Amino acid sequence: MKSPGAIERTLGWVDDRTGLVAVTEHAMFHKVPRSAKWWYVFGSATLMFFIVQLVTGVLLTTLFVPSAAEAYQSLVYIDEKIPMGWMLRALHGWSSNAMCIMMLIHMTQIFLHGTYKFPRELTWVAGVALCVTTLGLAFTGQIMRWDANAYWGLGIGAAIVDRVPFAGNWLRSVVLGGPDISGATLSRFFALHVFVLPGTAIGLIGLHLILVLKGGISEMPKVGQPIEPETYRKEYESRVKKTGVPFFPDAARRDMVFCGAALIGLIGLAAWYGPFGPGPVPNPTIIEVAPRPDGLFLWLFAVLALLPPYTETFLILVGPPVGIAFLAALPFISPRGERAPSRRPISVIILCIIVTALAVLTWLGETSPWSPVMKAWTSIPTPIEYVRDRSPLELQGAIQLQYAQCRNCHSIGGEGGKRGPALDDVATRLSWDQLVRQIQQGGGNMPAYGKSLSSAETEALAAFLSTLDGGHLPARIPGAMEHQPGRDQSPTADPRAEIDAETDANSDTVAAR
Amino acid sequence: MSERPNEDSTGTDPGSTLPSEAGGCEGCEPAKGGGRRGFLFAAGTTLLTVGGGLAAVPIVGVAIGPAEAGDPNRWISLGKATDFKVGQTVLVKFTNPWDSPTDGDSNLNVCYVRCLDHKKFQVFAITCAHLGCPVEWFAQSRLFMCPCHGGVYYEDGARASGPPPRGLYEYVWRIEDGSFEILGGRLAGLQEST
Ligand code: FES
Repeated sequence: MKSPGAIERTLGWVDDRTGLVAVTEHAMFHKVPRSAKWWYVFGSATLMFFIVQLVTGVLLTTLFVPSAAEAYQSLVYIDEKIPMGWMLRALHGWSSNAMCIMMLIHMTQIFLHGTYKFPRELTWVAGVALCVTTLGLAFTGQIMRWDANAYWGLGIGAAIVDRVPFAGNWLRSVVLGGPDISGATLSRFFALHVFVLPGTAIGLIGLHLILVLKGGISEMPKVGQPIEPETYRKEYESRVKKTGVPFFPDAARRDMVFCGAALIGLIGLAAWYGPFGPGPVPNPTIIEVAPRPDGLFLWLFAVLALLPPYTETFLILVGPPVGIAFLAALPFISPRGERAPSRRPISVIILCIIVTALAVLTWLGETSPWSPVMKAWTSIPTPIEYVRDRSPLELQGAIQLQYAQCRNCHSIGGEGGKRGPALDDVATRLSWDQLVRQIQQGGGNMPAYGKSLSSAETEALAAFLSTLDGGHLPARIPGAMEHQPGRDQSPTADPRAEIDAETDANSDTVAAR
Repeated sequence: MSERPNEDSTGTDPGSTLPSEAGGCEGCEPAKGGGRRGFLFAAGTTLLTVGGGLAAVPIVGVAIGPAEAGDPNRWISLGKATDFKVGQTVLVKFTNPWDSPTDGDSNLNVCYVRCLDHKKFQVFAITCAHLGCPVEWFAQSRLFMCPCHGGVYYEDGARASGPPPRGLYEYVWRIEDGSFEILGGRLAGLQEST
């Protein structure tokens, strides 16, 4: 055991040569406002998850082979053969999500409390740069999972880059490392994910922390205590001097509790749910895939599906840079004034709109109602009640509905695509003539089937569709049923033909359904 | 180092060991009328610029090389023209005309060949003209559907519905000695495509 004197002497020596001890002491024991409570833990948690990413990431690079020929096999090998390898991948994947979520909550809190104002403008700007870097890490990380989603995700990225006016094609080749997605593409994204972006993040985190120390941790916003750049610094310092507490251990206690709990939560999630993917093999000749981005980018996927085509190129190229520039410019647009959310209604409304929009878009991206269900036509059965008591022509139409892939976009009985309207009660909306016209000519985002269906097939299909009246309503559109050729010829052969007359047969049919 | 200000100072006291405040500041200004200090500064700047420029040649070269490599398209044979059935659209595999040892399966590719008669074809890229997802052909409804955002194309490649801004990309094709060939190698995209 060394005497305390020896320790102090050693520290003194180190500080004399490096100056680091004083800096560390200042960082740990500087006074922070007493009001810095649970709201302030999210930045620390983001940093903790980043450290988890660094440690697990370094280990993963010792196992992962960044070659398009072997990456997939190396991931499977890590998952199945390396002891605890699956857990390492799971930690890296879940921690990446956790880091992004903590970062977004942290940013939201800073925005809501107006902390970006004087004198912490550059802390915010460094934070915005960190946010962009982190999203870059998340996207490139998805590519490292070299599976079908990664391959086609790159294709989507390439198609977006390709839309840049004039330089698009050139830029695309630089990004992909060649004229098409190949081994060189994975290598480029590996370099970004493992060297460039983490290096940038480490630098920016250092800067961010230095700036936090320089500007001091903000107090909770108080109504009637607006930021006046002329006097703020003096007042802040005197308040902190009077009532502040040392960062360690007073304020750090909450960070430690939260980070510890979050870390244990992370380990639980990773152990329970395991690693992400890899999904289907990245073989471009296997095209029965439905590429989807990870949860974090689902909102973007939704945006790309929902933007009107003529605005799309402009918005996807101009939107992100303008959005990021606006975020970074925020403290310069509004450097002073009230910080309390109750006094900044416009900011609160903007925040609510953004959060709601992102949540709705993410949900839409998750359900992706605009995507056809590519296997619906072969894999989903026709509900029995939709074919009971139907005439042969109508049954032929029911087969046609499956066979012509109608169900890839239209559901019946709640199953099938959601791109077009559900067809369960289509006969209450369209007359016979309208049905035939819609099938043949399409319109309203539906392709025309005039060339691919014969007139007999179209007739059968229309005959079946005109029996779909919602299951309990008689066909409301006059003529929807009368003009069915099959029914016109033998109107009494089928009890359902008497629906319009509202006889007992009608209620029988209803009961049968 | 401590001697440099003295060497270069244009000041009055070359013998002093420590530069005066004013002398140091004067020395900071590059090369009043030349002198050794000004020469060194100019030489340093020049050498670093030249060295940086030379180092940038391979660095930038490798970074943007792929974009400068010239036309990657080559004629690729997809088999005998008469092997395609008239009236059918089929998915055909081929290998990209360039590859590297690390490409693995990623140098494989596919396209749709539509045979109108044995002299007339259409060859479609697999990538959706919207954002590049792989479209799937449905022979029954004679439509191509995209699994991503619901783009749909007719059998002749024309846009039918959904977000795509145009029809499917087509490859240029030819028949050489009975062999059906397409000009391929570059990922189809809005720019530089047919
Ligand atoms: S990529 Fe095909 S519709 Fe968007």
